Amino acid sequence: MAESIEITDEMKSQIGRQSPPWDFEVTTTSVRMFARGVGYTDPVYFDIEAAKKAGYRNLPAPPTYLGTAVFLPGRCSDTFSGPTEGIPSVNHGLKGLLDGGTETEYLETICAGDTLTVVNRLENLDVRESKALGKMLITTQKTTFTNQDGTVVAVQTGQAIYY
Amino acid sequence: MGLSWSAINAGDALPELKKKPGVTQLVKYSAGSGDFNPLHHDFQFPQSKQLGSIIVHGRFKYAALGELVSNWLGHAGRIAKISCQYRGMDFPDREFVCRGTVTRKWEENGEKRVALEVWTESDDGKKTTPGEAVVVLRS
Repeated sequence: MAESIEITDEMKSQIGRQSPPWDFEVTTTSVRMFARGVGYTDPVYFDIEAAKKAGYRNLPAPPTYLGTAVFLPGRCSDTFSGPTEGIPSVNHGLKGLLDGGTETEYLETICAGDTLTVVNRLENLDVRESKALGKMLITTQKTTFTNQDGTVVAVQTGQAIYY
Repeated sequence: MGLSWSAINAGDALPELKKKPGVTQLVKYSAGSGDFNPLHHDFQFPQSKQLGSIIVHGRFKYAALGELVSNWLGHAGRIAKISCQYRGMDFPDREFVCRGTVTRKWEENGEKRVALEVWTESDDGKKTTPGEAVVVLRS
């Protein structure tokens, strides 16, 4: 357990830093793969005719699916698939990592055929303490998804816990 | 046809959604989401060994809460917001249940909105993934 965690000026300097934009694709295959991964049986996420009957222009992205990052070897994480170049990073030396929480706000419906330009921004750093993990560094990231028409379609805020 | 705003009331319970993801299901989720953290498929991975098992992705539970809301909504509107916090771990081949209740309904800028409390409940009764959602009904 960490005895104390200091948010240094160097760490603070990362707050407000933005990643370069990266494309995320929403395709019929990627929507079906995600829907299968969750275990959906609703045909709207698999069958284009069923999706159109339900009023969508193509297979809709299931809730919490915001496209798949275009994977380029050497420029993306082999583990998490997203881009690694220019991502705001905080040099804290802590080894433990847990997902804290996720909030997604949708402004428009996302469907297969959309290409989303994604920008990630470090919003905040905070130190908290828990009985189980001791001192924890909480990072808050805000990710903005803009579609091919220049419309912001979703904003996702997430917390990572380092301990 | 389908769900309508006028028929929804605070206190209504959503039909529950039972999930019991095995290793194969988690592998499908990894492929679908692009999250290949070995903690969700490799029992030999150091963090898995330390925990004694692989664990269900937090984001799988988040997506399952999305499925709960989507099944209830039946495409009669759209999800405007969905959130959750990851408070505890779930393990493969163990059932957890996704549940939700209506907390509020109101009109805002001409939109018919409903707020929900959602959560997952593990087989030992723990609410490992509490969250909230807002949906907008078409009628």
